[in-house]
Amino acid sequence: MKRQVVLITFLAILLGITVWVTGQGKIGIYSTFTWEQILYCSWSHLKMVVVAVAIGTIIGVPLGVLVTRPGFTRLAIPVIGGANIGQTIPSLAVIAIMAPLLGFGFNSAIVALFIYGLLPIVRNSFTSIRNIDPAIIEAAKGMGMSRGQIARRIELPLARPVIMTGIRVSTVITVGTAELAVLVGGAGLGKITLTGVFARETLIILQGAAPTAAMAIILGFILETFEDWMTPRGLKIDKQK
Amino acid sequence: MIELEHVSKVFADGTKAVDDVSFIVQEGELCVLLGPSGCGKTTTMKMINRLVSLTEGRILLNGTNVLDFEETELRKQIGYAIQEIGLFPHMTVGENIEVVPELRGWPKAKRRERAAELLQMVKLPAEFIDRYPKELSGGQRQRVGVARALGADPEVLLMDEPFGAIDPITRVDLQNEFLRIQQDIRKTIVFVTHDIYEAIKMGDKIALMNGGRLIQFDSPFNILFQPQDSFVQDFVGRDRALKGLQLIRVKEVMRCSPLTARWDESVEALKGRLPNDEGIEEIPVVDDSGGFLGYIDISLVQTGTVGEHLGHHQVKASIDSVLDEALSIMLSCERKTLAILDHDNRLKGLLSFGDIQRALGEADRSGARP
Repeated sequence: MKRQVVLITFLAILLGITVWVTGQGKIGIYSTFTWEQILYCSWSHLKMVVVAVAIGTIIGVPLGVLVTRPGFTRLAIPVIGGANIGQTIPSLAVIAIMAPLLGFGFNSAIVALFIYGLLPIVRNSFTSIRNIDPAIIEAAKGMGMSRGQIARRIELPLARPVIMTGIRVSTVITVGTAELAVLVGGAGLGKITLTGVFARETLIILQGAAPTAAMAIILGFILETFEDWMTPRGLKIDKQK
Repeated sequence: MIELEHVSKVFADGTKAVDDVSFIVQEGELCVLLGPSGCGKTTTMKMINRLVSLTEGRILLNGTNVLDFEETELRKQIGYAIQEIGLFPHMTVGENIEVVPELRGWPKAKRRERAAELLQMVKLPAEFIDRYPKELSGGQRQRVGVARALGADPEVLLMDEPFGAIDPITRVDLQNEFLRIQQDIRKTIVFVTHDIYEAIKMGDKIALMNGGRLIQFDSPFNILFQPQDSFVQDFVGRDRALKGLQLIRVKEVMRCSPLTARWDESVEALKGRLPNDEGIEEIPVVDDSGGFLGYIDISLVQTGTVGEHLGHHQVKASIDSVLDEALSIMLSCERKTLAILDHDNRLKGLLSFGDIQRALGEADRSGARP
């Protein structure tokens, strides 16, 4: 409950900043962005994040799970390592490199965001399966469950919360990285923020940064609620009584 | 019945974990696989339900080679219990117990009924059926583990150190409970442990292993008192006489039809019919139907009836108890003789320190010591 109060307070502050700056109308020689422009940029920002994370989930979860399967474990190190490298390269570089490769536009922005957000999803999917107590899997095997039954009834329910955490972390990261998408022809709130940067106007920077932060908080909260809902009841009990 | 014939296991890296092991577990028998860690006992057990594939030899389950079953079918007919961490944390106690019945296609109502029945059998409250493993204590979880292994009423049970992670006091409770259950259900059981006390207590037979080989396959008594070689002797330890107390039943050692006193006869009459050669002091006193009332110490009394001088009526043991229980009563009550009673409280025999000494001496001599 206390956490929710903190979250709502933060959101209120961020929205307050946005409302205040937007209300200024003009700052020095620059006009501030209008509500219409802010909403449009927010919408395109959200679209990039959702598409990039969705692709990341569709590819990352099966990939992370696959490398835990017998016969594929040799691939674990290259796959996790590869995803690691994707994230070690500064986000700006990942995004910048997409322009010469794929040209300017929405698509190269999406590819860059997808690559950058993949690691938490792959890594969490991988550890979610691998961290299940081997005794549990052995018990399931010893009781006569088939591989498929073990995957569906035991591994998936136990792994689900950890996989969801990966998706949430990836989403929050991607909201931030998407600020830079504008550099390769993507849209998003980065357009506002970078305008402020080039104009050296702090308030305009805030006009882009505050809604971005608000989006990260809101998406994080939604996904956390979802995560909780996906967690089997038996795992939520902390200690007896 | 489980038969192992010249079973060997060589792992991919070339280590020979199990080396030409053969033994038979008769129907309704509990066979303990015992040995130091790394001796191959767990591997041997896991070859029975094919969690580990065997390299050589064959294993027969009620006459059928285990390799002739489909893997999951084989496992569904063999109960499998491991330490309490093997429970599925996202399933309730009831769902855990119902796993194998469900895999075998039992209808929901029958499964639920079976789960409730098993909870009762392992002495857990009925409302636990809807609790989650994390809400239970370690000992309670282990009871669920045993109940789960019995889920679909298998004829054969494999138990891999099932009580290993439990504190010593709870462990003894669980062992006793399990022995009580086993008396009713009479399953054919292979039970892995490294604890010799547990092995002696639980086993009808003990298969003692070392370095992948079966060193001695025998009754607990023979493992203790007729060790085949120095390894067995060392594994048993110097205190085998004390361990042996757990194995010898009171009724095998007690003196039957001892001299008794009737509660209504006079002390004088009693003294009159005593054989005068032995220094008898304490005499058990019975009523008309042979029921035990207490003892009379005739070195202290001269007159009156026997009934007036009764004492120590609580110093007694059941005919089903083992020597270490009897000895414990004698030591804690500071008595030299102990009345042994049947279930209707009738006097069946008398046990003294001398009798215990004699029994252990005989057991010791029965083994040809190297």
